[in-house]
Amino acid sequence: MSASANPQLEPTLSTRRNTESAATGPKRILVLGATSGIAEACIRLWAERGDSLYLVARNADKLAAVAADARTRGASYVNFAVADLDKTETHPEMLAHAINSLAGLDIAYLALGVLGEQPRAERNFDEAAAILHTNFVAPVSLLTWLANYCTQRHSGTLAVLSSVAGDRGRKSNYIYGSSKAGLSAFLAGLRNRIDREGVKVITIKPGPVKTAMTQSMKGSEKFADVEKVATTIVKAIDKGQDELYVPGIWRIIMGVIVHIPESIFKKLNL
Amino acid sequence: MAHPTVTEEATTSGPAPFESWGRYPSYNAVVRPLHWQGDFPGVLEGIHGGVLAVGMGRSYGDVCLLKEGTLLQTTSMNRLLAFDPATGLLTAEAGITLAQILDFAVPRGFFLPVTPGTKYVTLGGAIANDIHGKNHEVAGSFGNHVPQFELVRSNGTHMLCSPRENPDYYAATIGGMGLTGVITWAQLILKPIVSRKIDYEGIQFHGIDEFLDLKERYKHIEYTVSWIDCVSRGKNFMRGIFMLGDHSKDPGELKPSPKPKLVFPIEAPAFMLNRATISAFNTVFFHKQLKPHVKTLQDYEPFFYPLDAILKWNRMYGKAGLLQFQYALPWETAKEGTIAILREITNSGLASFLAVLKTFGDVPSLGMMSFPMPGIMFALDFPIKENVSFPLMQRLGDMTRDFGGRLYSAKDACMTPDQFKTFYPQWERFARYKDPAITSSFWERVTGQEGDR
Repeated sequence: MSASANPQLEPTLSTRRNTESAATGPKRILVLGATSGIAEACIRLWAERGDSLYLVARNADKLAAVAADARTRGASYVNFAVADLDKTETHPEMLAHAINSLAGLDIAYLALGVLGEQPRAERNFDEAAAILHTNFVAPVSLLTWLANYCTQRHSGTLAVLSSVAGDRGRKSNYIYGSSKAGLSAFLAGLRNRIDREGVKVITIKPGPVKTAMTQSMKGSEKFADVEKVATTIVKAIDKGQDELYVPGIWRIIMGVIVHIPESIFKKLNL
Repeated sequence: MAHPTVTEEATTSGPAPFESWGRYPSYNAVVRPLHWQGDFPGVLEGIHGGVLAVGMGRSYGDVCLLKEGTLLQTTSMNRLLAFDPATGLLTAEAGITLAQILDFAVPRGFFLPVTPGTKYVTLGGAIANDIHGKNHEVAGSFGNHVPQFELVRSNGTHMLCSPRENPDYYAATIGGMGLTGVITWAQLILKPIVSRKIDYEGIQFHGIDEFLDLKERYKHIEYTVSWIDCVSRGKNFMRGIFMLGDHSKDPGELKPSPKPKLVFPIEAPAFMLNRATISAFNTVFFHKQLKPHVKTLQDYEPFFYPLDAILKWNRMYGKAGLLQFQYALPWETAKEGTIAILREITNSGLASFLAVLKTFGDVPSLGMMSFPMPGIMFALDFPIKENVSFPLMQRLGDMTRDFGGRLYSAKDACMTPDQFKTFYPQWERFARYKDPAITSSFWERVTGQEGDR
């Protein structure tokens, strides 16, 4: 997936209005995985304050509904593209097109991800590989391009949905968990590399949130409210916070869980 | 413990008790959310038995229930699709609540054309029950402000419904109790306002003649409703407060409402609801307004939604739940019938806190099964008391029938098939538009098909 094959897709392109990136004006936001429950709740908040949005997701009908909602709520600009983000070879062209359309980029928000089927993935490597691809490999492809684009301009925020499940592997969802662990590690390293270049990298670790993705899970009626979660995330992105647990209680819970000695942890049913 | 897992312990949840706002009856049902307009009818795959779309579950009886069936909850299908500030025409998915519409509309200087006493109902539910508000005399019911919607049938047919396109499905779906299909999106004509405030007046009255005089004197006012005391007898029989309001014409703040913080904490124990406490409540409410006539500028929240400030207030009626009795009587019998029915209620000693009396105007409802008719409307909550509440409801239903009125299906848990078929003689014609995959416990009860499924 070499971007340099086509000079038009070089990250250096589309600088035309990048300098106008006003701290106070509407933000130019690219949302990847825009039909995910948490992403949609954030999109509503950005739209209400008049930001510019470029939305990418796989399902055209769902994407059209999310875009119509954003437009109605008052986003100053809304465009969208239907794309299967698993296809990493299409990323450079899609990203270049999105940034051209937004006339620059202030925030890239990555919300792509699947829960997968853990029991199936335990027996079937193809299922495991598909989870790892969507949750880890594809975001790495997107972030590689985006990081280089932002670094050249010394501006921009890359906000990425990881998960508390990545903090420690456990038997009920370690395939999903390991994909998010990989993503969190990648983000920590990327932040270490490009924060000094003026690019913010934000790792967002939600606990269980009530969305379409989690509706079939046991106890889902007690999960966190997606609107509250989105409000916290949008604030953290504005502040440029490095790492965010949401709801905040999960920082404490995971702080305890990662410190349980492995000799005990391996016997727990988690 | 922690995060997203799908394992053997965490598969699609099974049947669980589902309650409507009255908390009676309570039936087991499986709940499947509809997140997207395209989810129905695909969601029916693997479902046996009937289904019913449900929004916030704020209707009182069993019109939003389906015993041992599947409820398709629409509340996350709640996107705004378009808004034209020149005309006030809003297009939105059917699971959006009126509260969410207000959050969007009020800061832009718009308000609902018709609103019930709670804003926690969905757009789809408001159409399906063709709800009415305090401005029925001038505005008609909710369906009068819905020029168009999409209805999806269980066979996958998508129907655009309006007075011109599929007019019979349009009429059958407005007030159609969700039985004609799933409403995916709808249009609603909002009306302009310049302030959150209401020019409010409250006037004490004694007896139905004073009520009817006030109604006549203030017929130029958009919103009117009365609270009446259904406990006191003698000279205080049918005393009440006539409340009226118009949207203030003085430009004022248009910020969105804060979120409510109070939640009724527990189910009240049964002994708390007795004649003494209820009578005290009614006396306090009557005299809360110290002067016989008050005039003030009031925010729209306490004016339209006084009970929304306390979430889950239905817990006040305890575990057993509550029954609501709501009738409409035609003008020919309205006065005589209202006095007779209220006397029956007062004598029963079962009346409770909030009894509401208002008039319905002449604007015809567009729904085939709509509740309003020109005349008097009355609504009252009863606590459920074994052996007394149900026979009383039966008597009151019969009286309503004998006076040529009807009861409101959205509030009902007690109508008999015989009563229903007299109140809504067009029910057989309506049944032709019902979706074969969709049914409700209410429908099975009042058409006498219980257990047929």
